[in-house]
Amino acid sequence: MKRVQFEHSPIPYLFVAPQIIIILVFFIWPAAQAVYQSFLLEDAWGLSSQFVWFKNYVDTIGSSSWLQAAGFTIIFSTLVTFLSLSIALLLAVKANEVIHGASTYKTLLMWAYAIAPPVAGLMGNLMFSPLIGDLYKFMNFIGFDFDHKLDPFDAGFVVVLISVWKQVSVNFIFFLSGLQGIPKSVNEAAVMDCRSPTRRFWTITFPLLAPTTFFLMVINITYAFFETFGIIDTTTRGAPGGATNTLVFKVFQDGFRGADIGGSSAQSVVLMLMVLALTVIQFRFIERKIHY
Amino acid sequence: MKLITLLAAGLAGTAGAASAQTEIHWWHAMSGHLGEVVEEIAARYNDSQDEYTLIPTYKGGYEDTMTAGIAAFRAGEQPNLIQIFDAGAATIINAPGATIPVADLMAEHGDGFDPTDYIEGVRYFYADSDGKMIGMPFNSSTPLLYYNKDALAEAGFDAPPSTWEEFEEMAPAIKEAGYEALAQSHSPWIFAENFHSRHNIQMATENNGYDSTDVEILYNNPDLKMHWTKVKEWLDNGWYGFYGREWGDNQDAFVQKKAAMWLGSSGSFGGLQASADFEFGAAYLPYWTSITEEPYGTFIGGAALFTLSGKSDEENAGVADFLDFLTSPDMQYYWHKETGYVPITSAAYELAKSDGYYETTPDAEIGILQLTQPGGEWTKGYRLGYYVQIREVMYKEFDNIFSGQSSVDEAFEAIESESNDLLERFNATYQ
Repeated sequence: MKRVQFEHSPIPYLFVAPQIIIILVFFIWPAAQAVYQSFLLEDAWGLSSQFVWFKNYVDTIGSSSWLQAAGFTIIFSTLVTFLSLSIALLLAVKANEVIHGASTYKTLLMWAYAIAPPVAGLMGNLMFSPLIGDLYKFMNFIGFDFDHKLDPFDAGFVVVLISVWKQVSVNFIFFLSGLQGIPKSVNEAAVMDCRSPTRRFWTITFPLLAPTTFFLMVINITYAFFETFGIIDTTTRGAPGGATNTLVFKVFQDGFRGADIGGSSAQSVVLMLMVLALTVIQFRFIERKIHY
Repeated sequence: MKLITLLAAGLAGTAGAASAQTEIHWWHAMSGHLGEVVEEIAARYNDSQDEYTLIPTYKGGYEDTMTAGIAAFRAGEQPNLIQIFDAGAATIINAPGATIPVADLMAEHGDGFDPTDYIEGVRYFYADSDGKMIGMPFNSSTPLLYYNKDALAEAGFDAPPSTWEEFEEMAPAIKEAGYEALAQSHSPWIFAENFHSRHNIQMATENNGYDSTDVEILYNNPDLKMHWTKVKEWLDNGWYGFYGREWGDNQDAFVQKKAAMWLGSSGSFGGLQASADFEFGAAYLPYWTSITEEPYGTFIGGAALFTLSGKSDEENAGVADFLDFLTSPDMQYYWHKETGYVPITSAAYELAKSDGYYETTPDAEIGILQLTQPGGEWTKGYRLGYYVQIREVMYKEFDNIFSGQSSVDEAFEAIESESNDLLERFNATYQ
């Protein structure tokens, strides 16, 4: 068998080089540094260091505060992903059906899209302030004994609410454009066979939206894991009693506040592996069921 | 790590500017009014001589400043002088070679260094176990009780409590008058660290951590547990207002007249004067007569200035020159008056007295008087590694006490074991 040989030109490599360099400098190199640091006990100033194998992993990941943060991160991420996707989907389907004033609805629903997580957190913090917060007063007015400074459940409610609120409009935009990409004729044909709009939604629209939903799920899990840092940092900072501490916030606290570089690196490596595993699972088991 | 590297890369750009005068870079954590005073001090220093240019840079809160300094140091782009707070002191002092002890620096470049020039309360906190000063105390504060005079008058009192026993007697009447009796900012600082100093109780083994990093914390002691059992009772009785762990939220409760009294810092004085629309006074931190008949002085809080190593002799001489200027009675008096932080030298304190400052503003003297109250064996300070994390553990467990999730005993067992794990890690790292 004769193999065809092409002339190799350096030009394609030249074109991908900027991207490769960016990935190397901003991802691969720091990630490798974190892995390296996670095996060291090094003083913060870098004046002395010793190789300690897995001591950092055993010390930090075995600690009760890490386990608590891991537990909360899983519950929090599940809730934020599920709620922000389902609320956004509901709003997108309803907004898509509106005929009069549709653009007003859509604009209003997209409004919060550009708000950065720390800003959302600051606004939420003001609204839930025990001294001046309207939402805090409202929750107590309608009969809840609401005190997110002391009650872990209430504190969890506050951070989930703010995180979901901030993310709904992002998801809304994607769902809406996904819905608009579904040909009208498909739905019209389905009307012939099935009169129930709910049933039509689950059998026709939802499967056709699956690629969008899958994409958003990956994005939202990453959001809940990492980007909500800004919300936690500006609201509860892990309180009360560490009940709203997330893994990424703990990495920050130990490394950037407490100057424990080895321990914080070990935690970030574990976090990296968790998200990697999650992404692999998503692509292997869920993406198979999706038809583009 | 990624951020540290980026941070350092960013700093490399700013630190290299050249000029005829020797530049001295000073990274600090003073914002708002305090930051303006720092700028003013720098301006006055630069006007006073033409050999050096002092460039102060605000780097965020205490932790942010320390992290920025660490990142810069690792990249070889460190400032000459950095402000490091009490809880971070062990991180810099225990890393040999990171800092030039201020006593050595002044001996080499200045007119020498005499620790007895400094008031007693600040003399040892940033020193090593032999009493050699490592960091120059800068913004030194101490916890005080602030009280709303109108609120206490409404409840029928004309003076604040001086002991916690008195507080318990007064609290019901204050509640009756429609106030929470007490709020507090920074419970680890006031209700743990200074609790030990106020009652002269040992806080950690190895001379409160000064003699070694191989140390164990002694927070799980009956006196502190008794105190927290009481605090929980106060909360349940509606005598104690808890507004979360943020400093400002609890101070706001006092400013907005929800709480009649507030435990804060002597450095809060200036801020309160600007924000409170009622007459308030400052008083000593109360103590338990059941633990000690007479109270002992408190620790200083706040931060110190550390000279980072790896700089030229010329720049180090500049740092020494500036520290000389900063500790002069005039500058200390100015700093004291503007901010409420205590003057750190006896000469500056004498100047404030002879100037009649305390006759017009007697409350401004309370902090320094408290610091100069009789010292005991355990009132010099503490030196504990990863103390930032230990404070986090305390915040966490104090929340659990308040919410009823843990009993006081359980909470202090958790504080003890988690703190000792952290201290063990620190000892393994900084041996």
